[in-house]
Amino acid sequence: MSLLNIEKENNVAVVVLDDPEEKVNKLSEDLMEEVREFLEELRGDNSLRGAILISGKENNFIAGADLDMVRNCEDEEELKELAREGQEILSEIENFPKPIVACIHGSCMGGGTELALACRYRIISDHRDTKIALPEVKLGLLPGMGGTQRLPRLIGIQRALPYLLTGKNMYSRQARKLGFADEVVERNKLREAGIQAVRRYANKKVDRKDRRGIFEKLLENNSAGRLILFSQAHKQTARQTRGNYPAPPRIIESVRYGYRNGLRAGYINEAREFSRLAFTPESKALINLFFAMNEAKKMPDEVPTAESEPTRPAGGTGHAQKKSPAREVKSIGVLGAGLMGAGIAEVSAEKEYHVWLKDLELEQAHQGKEGVYETLQEKVKKKILTPFERDTLLSRIHPADSYEAFSQIDLVVEAVFEDLDLKRNIVAELEENVSKECIIASNTSSLPITQIAAEARHPERILGMHYFSPVQKMPLLEIIKTDQTAEWAVTTARKVGVQQGKSVIVVNDGPGFYTTRILAPYINEALLLLEEGAKIEQLDTAMKNFGFPVGPLALLDEVGIDVGAHVADVLSEKFEERGGKTSKAAKRLVEEGYKGRKNLKGFYSYFEGRKISKEVNEEIYQYFGGPDRKNFEEEEIQFRMIMMMVNESLHCLQEEILESPRDGDLGAILGLGFPPFLGGPFRYVDREGPEEVKDLLDEMVQDYGPRFTPAGLLDHYASKGELFYKE
Amino acid sequence: MNNPHDNRNEVVLIDGGRIPFQRSRSGYNDLKAVNLSRMALEGLITKSGIHPSVIDLVVMGTVIQEVNTSNIAREAALAAGIPAEVPGYTVTMACISSNLSLTSAVEQIRSGKVGIAVAGGVETMSDVPIRFPRSFRKKLLAAQKARSIGDYLSFLFSLRPSDLFPDAPSITEYSTGETMGESCDKMAAKYGVGREEQDNYALRSHQKAAEATEKGWLDDQLFPVSFPPDFNLIRHDNTFRADSSLEKLAQLKPAFIKPYGTVTAGNSSALSDGASAVLVASRPKAEELGLKPKVAFRNWTYVARQPDDELLIGPALAVPRLLDEAGLTLDEIDVFEFHEAFAGQILTVLKALDSNKFAKEKLGREKKVGSIPLEKFNSWGGSLSLGHPFGATGTRLIATAANRLHHEDGRFALIAACAAGGHGHAMLLERVEES
Repeated sequence: MSLLNIEKENNVAVVVLDDPEEKVNKLSEDLMEEVREFLEELRGDNSLRGAILISGKENNFIAGADLDMVRNCEDEEELKELAREGQEILSEIENFPKPIVACIHGSCMGGGTELALACRYRIISDHRDTKIALPEVKLGLLPGMGGTQRLPRLIGIQRALPYLLTGKNMYSRQARKLGFADEVVERNKLREAGIQAVRRYANKKVDRKDRRGIFEKLLENNSAGRLILFSQAHKQTARQTRGNYPAPPRIIESVRYGYRNGLRAGYINEAREFSRLAFTPESKALINLFFAMNEAKKMPDEVPTAESEPTRPAGGTGHAQKKSPAREVKSIGVLGAGLMGAGIAEVSAEKEYHVWLKDLELEQAHQGKEGVYETLQEKVKKKILTPFERDTLLSRIHPADSYEAFSQIDLVVEAVFEDLDLKRNIVAELEENVSKECIIASNTSSLPITQIAAEARHPERILGMHYFSPVQKMPLLEIIKTDQTAEWAVTTARKVGVQQGKSVIVVNDGPGFYTTRILAPYINEALLLLEEGAKIEQLDTAMKNFGFPVGPLALLDEVGIDVGAHVADVLSEKFEERGGKTSKAAKRLVEEGYKGRKNLKGFYSYFEGRKISKEVNEEIYQYFGGPDRKNFEEEEIQFRMIMMMVNESLHCLQEEILESPRDGDLGAILGLGFPPFLGGPFRYVDREGPEEVKDLLDEMVQDYGPRFTPAGLLDHYASKGELFYKE
Repeated sequence: MNNPHDNRNEVVLIDGGRIPFQRSRSGYNDLKAVNLSRMALEGLITKSGIHPSVIDLVVMGTVIQEVNTSNIAREAALAAGIPAEVPGYTVTMACISSNLSLTSAVEQIRSGKVGIAVAGGVETMSDVPIRFPRSFRKKLLAAQKARSIGDYLSFLFSLRPSDLFPDAPSITEYSTGETMGESCDKMAAKYGVGREEQDNYALRSHQKAAEATEKGWLDDQLFPVSFPPDFNLIRHDNTFRADSSLEKLAQLKPAFIKPYGTVTAGNSSALSDGASAVLVASRPKAEELGLKPKVAFRNWTYVARQPDDELLIGPALAVPRLLDEAGLTLDEIDVFEFHEAFAGQILTVLKALDSNKFAKEKLGREKKVGSIPLEKFNSWGGSLSLGHPFGATGTRLIATAANRLHHEDGRFALIAACAAGGHGHAMLLERVEES
């Protein structure tokens, strides 16, 4: 098998990267080997003046390094060697006597970018699909093939750090401005431009202008300036990661090391740091998350069948249902044009679905469309969309105040107020107005779908599609099926969700399904802690330090205290049956008019919709035992909160709400902000050890009460020393 | 004529309507014609619920073209989220441009080339192409070849203040240089249609439009719209004056021929902005898609005459020809929807149809065509009150006639309209029984 097709044109070798077995090119050991062989050939062939590297794929140059390379390494030493070998080939390219030119169209990620950095000259296409990035940091790694050395030297330290530390994309315009790209051309001219560049630079150095500003130069060109710069970067990174992510400080260090000790030492150090990071539990968790997300973004027809799957609860991917073909969905109905409804309409219209957005009053439906316009307008300002594309997308959203057009619709998502009777009425109305094949989905966050479907004539096409707010940004879709939901309906809904860009998990019905179910005891614990005298800011800070993006009380304000109270209402019976103590505070707060951010009255004080930072609403303490507050140990808060959530996840697997630990981990991370570097509740248990977790819970039962009683399932794992994930 | 009982070739109207018509420089002042067309297509899709990928063709009519969107059907269809694979073209025939877009689509369906099509039309008088005078355009084009400083200087020195007087499009006949209002005024005088009669008719039109709006009869053809920046919902026409009175109308001065003219701003159709669109399909295609037709298209005719002092008499020539072809008489028509360019024009047409003299001299017939009972005529208002965005009126008439046939429980509807160039058009619709 050959990954490179080499053609000769005008005394230039045109090296076309094209992996015949994959949709994208990956930087693998095989590829590196072929490159090495090619370099030998190029060296010996006197007729060739140089080479261009170009991709044979539609929209990618190299989509990144093959992660299996990393996963298959036994230990740090082996991985370090691998990285060193890669570095050496890239150095050979960099110092090759004949010019090697990278011609990039489409996504160029990680190892692809590092390969390009080693080339003498870079030409990229002006297409919007062309994006350059070093996303290793998102996997808890650093670019290990010279990326932390070459990028800062090419574009400047201060300009390189954001790309290294966030993994963000660099588009054509920026790439030209920063000096990553030496030339930007139309995609069909890449080859010709590359060939001409080889001929131009066969006997000539590339003369690049330093694009840094004067202050940047002043700071970066002397060691004292760099000292300040790196220490600032460290401070800022520490603030953002709260020390939870090991990669960013190592990236800064790797850059610093190279400047202090020279390039050669810099490469060696980089390979060492890379292999160290790869063996941290954080990186492993993030890489597993990456794979799980990809799995959850596959079309139903790409998901492996039940036979090839390990059975529950042994981990792995968990779509143990038999497949049935997804039906075609072209038109979607959305009921309720609020934030949620408009969000669903937007992500659908973006993928060329036509959406009928219905609300009681036409004005509301049009306001929903206006909301979509506002977010699209942001993209127009950033030149991600043209005004015409904005209009076209917006045209696919059809505001309505009646069911007049609904007979032609294939799938309806209702996003109306959380009220069982209302939702049942909606189902009845829809059954009068849609075709028999139309899927009826509820975007409820807590009401059991079985109850919503109880009076339906065709319950087989009713399911839950639980989106998270804001829909445009939140990557998860939780599909809920009942005993009666037909497989075709689930498969079809999954396909729509994947089209909308979501990672999809499918769970079984029950109060709160999965995500809401595990969130409720977590929030409950926060309220109990408040009742015991904890401070709002301490609770939120503790959980942010633990790795959540927002604290539990700020989250409750965002979601709405009324929604929280409603969820507590739906779920408290279940918890109390198990002997759990539930806080009644949320209900009381709603009665007193506290709804959270939406009415500017919650655990925090809000001013014109903007949260005033650290402005805790002290007034609210009167519902939690008065103004006298005390300090808790941060660890106590963290353990009590997180163990409630983790233990509830175990219950969900035990009760078969969840079909796999993988779904549980994805749901918690993508839906609730569970710390990604911990890998999700199940990976967290695996990492801490099931036995240790069980012991901890038993201890907590003594200290805090029976709500911490470990799920029965954990006994099994603890006693046998088994893990949820086998690999 | 098509055999009305042969369903295979029958072309039916599924649904149709328009964005609310607005007086020029009011509701749609900031929009371009392509935006108005887009909203009409969008509204049609919104209302009918069809997924636009089933559409085979889009045809639009317009009169004053914006040069950047001269094929406005195509640009509007793309912007409305109709798949790029659906072709679109634009036709023009003055005030009957969307009648032409419709018959063009119907013909394509009858010939079996397409199954389902959108036809419509658009006009904005809030954004018309205002040009530099020809003298300046010539100098500018010549200056493109300027190379030396001397060339540029001679260009600069050749300029005259008059070069910068803008050249706005006007509603005049190219061949005669006469405005339509003048023509109408002369024609009304020739046929003895007086000022009071015209004002009376105009008042009726406004009252009918107000009544139809108030009672919600127009709702079925109105596509509510909202657009940036503030997304205020526009649900109704702002073109008619519910509070108009004969006294007020009588006070207005003649607009075109002074001082003896009878045509005033009050008894003419106002400059307005709007767009309309209808969905048409072959009967089998409609059945296949589960769409319920409202009416079927029978025959139609286009006529033309010398564009002189009877420029706008067209309907009086087209109607008898159409009725003869269909083998029908006026008594058998339940719904009349005629375009009202001016009260003087419509009254002249009605008078001509009811005149033996006209029949003999102009139609070569022994007897007059007949008198049209006013209770069946434009009973939901007309162009005088609802507005007349030139390219959009034709399909508005169709949508209105179809809805009225159902509302008034009639069988046949007759549509007629006059147009610049001495054109006239008439069309026959038959209600499709609900199965």
